[in-house]
Amino acid sequence: MALEEHVQPKESFVRPSADALIRCERIEKWYGSVHALTGVDFHCERNEVVGLVGDNGAGKSTLIKILSGAERHDGGKIFVEGREVRFRSPKDAMALGIETIYQYTAMVPHMSIARNIFIGREPLKWSLGGLGWMDLRKMADHAINSLTNIDLRTRSPDTPVEELSGGQRQAVAIARAMYFKSKVLILDEPTNHLSVKETNKVLDFVAALRDQGITSVFISHNLHHIHPIADRIVAMARGEKIADIRKADITVEQMTAMIV
Amino acid sequence: MSKLAKALLSRPEISALVMLLVVVTGFAVYAPQFISTGNTRVILFAVPELGILALGTGILMIAGEFDLSVGSVFALVPMVIVILMGKLGIDPALAICLGLLVAILVGYLNGWITLTFGIPSFVTTLGMLFIARSIATVLSGGFPPPFPANTPTGLFVADLGLFRSSMLWFLAFIVLLGVMLHRTNLGNWIYATGGQRQAADDMGIDTRRVKLFCFMLCSFLAGFAGMITTFRLRSALPSLGEGLELQAIAANVIGGTALTGGIGSVAGFVIGTFLIRVIDNGLVMARIDANWFRLAIGTLTILAVILNITLRRKARAMRG
Repeated sequence: MALEEHVQPKESFVRPSADALIRCERIEKWYGSVHALTGVDFHCERNEVVGLVGDNGAGKSTLIKILSGAERHDGGKIFVEGREVRFRSPKDAMALGIETIYQYTAMVPHMSIARNIFIGREPLKWSLGGLGWMDLRKMADHAINSLTNIDLRTRSPDTPVEELSGGQRQAVAIARAMYFKSKVLILDEPTNHLSVKETNKVLDFVAALRDQGITSVFISHNLHHIHPIADRIVAMARGEKIADIRKADITVEQMTAMIV
Repeated sequence: MSKLAKALLSRPEISALVMLLVVVTGFAVYAPQFISTGNTRVILFAVPELGILALGTGILMIAGEFDLSVGSVFALVPMVIVILMGKLGIDPALAICLGLLVAILVGYLNGWITLTFGIPSFVTTLGMLFIARSIATVLSGGFPPPFPANTPTGLFVADLGLFRSSMLWFLAFIVLLGVMLHRTNLGNWIYATGGQRQAADDMGIDTRRVKLFCFMLCSFLAGFAGMITTFRLRSALPSLGEGLELQAIAANVIGGTALTGGIGSVAGFVIGTFLIRVIDNGLVMARIDANWFRLAIGTLTILAVILNITLRRKARAMRG
């Protein structure tokens, strides 16, 4: 096969609708002299599972760090529900309903499930200047609800997160995003280092998010994880978007050939 | 039953409390005068000074940082206060405020340097240990400055029978900081910052500010404790508090605080402080050469950490 057959022409990239939830235009990012993102367009629609794939160093992490407010872009524009935004911190992104779950650092290991769910968004009985008395009762009650939603009802909300398996931690993080009614959930390699059984469980949760009206962006380098649940697949390489295609239009084999 | 066992195992301050009871019982049996009213007074007089210090170093340790300069701040702050009052004739209340402001400033510097340049706080505060000690010594000119008679020492060290008024300050700090650490959202942020800084950052917590606050709090408490000791001794000594930073950290570690951050409790700091003070005093009462004190504290520190890690692993292995 000729190389050209593996490359999707830019004209055939899926284009955002007028109603896109997130739309990025020509996002650029420099780290010193490294051009990590060279003008990337990216979007996600309401109620969609977007699979974001690419090799290490392709720029996926940089892109999601910008979308989650952890890093600032050097060029281009981001629109959320049609309005241009500039995130100065993860709090700004979270306030607009964009929540990110990172692979290793989604949770604080020694802290309880209940406390983890509410880090930075603790319900307060009363407060003064943003500091105040936590409503521990409310935290425990909601944690129990969340644990029931993710089939972990045997666990006490006081259990330290370090006692949970990797898949269970991802599940708690997903439950947290659901509790705070996020509109977009960005999952960074959520199935890495998980057993087959746990991987399937996490994939089920992501599929369930769509049923609840939550959009998700699922980052992985494993196409076999992404392909079954994604509605659309975006591939990146060398800081550029190289494909943006509906899942129905491509097989895993074609996709693999494209990004490798 | 197993739930209770697990809860106990995963609370390191419980094992410290058991150790404290064992040590107290041991001394009481071996040297009956150890539990006399007179000796209890001696112990309770000494507890708040190390205790207030350990509250600060402990909370900072939970946030994932160290402060080795607290022993020097312990000398510098009262030196400033006494000189302001005695040599410059400044009103005692104002002098105390200015002295404590110096403490907060040192803490701010410790934090700012550590966080801005991304260097270990161990290094920053080791440097500050020498700097603050040097300034205290230079300020004193080699001799303790005259101690003014109008100093409101009663407010801080008045003899109230079984304890001094410093104990009331200690209790107030325990309640205030205990509530802050265990019941407020700020406390949750401190644990999250020390436990997994990236996770806290990702959840939108300004971890830099949280750490900076803990550095300033720690230094403030060190200055406050040094002031109490100085008012009790009625003399500002440039050598005050030498080596005390390590006792404070030992008190934290014995009380179950993890050097790696994210784990610890105010109850643990208090029990650790009592253990150190009780051993210090008990050795004397039992007529054991007081030079064994450091050996005892050193052994205890190592044992406490081994015990805590073992218990935590055990607790984790139990389902519940």
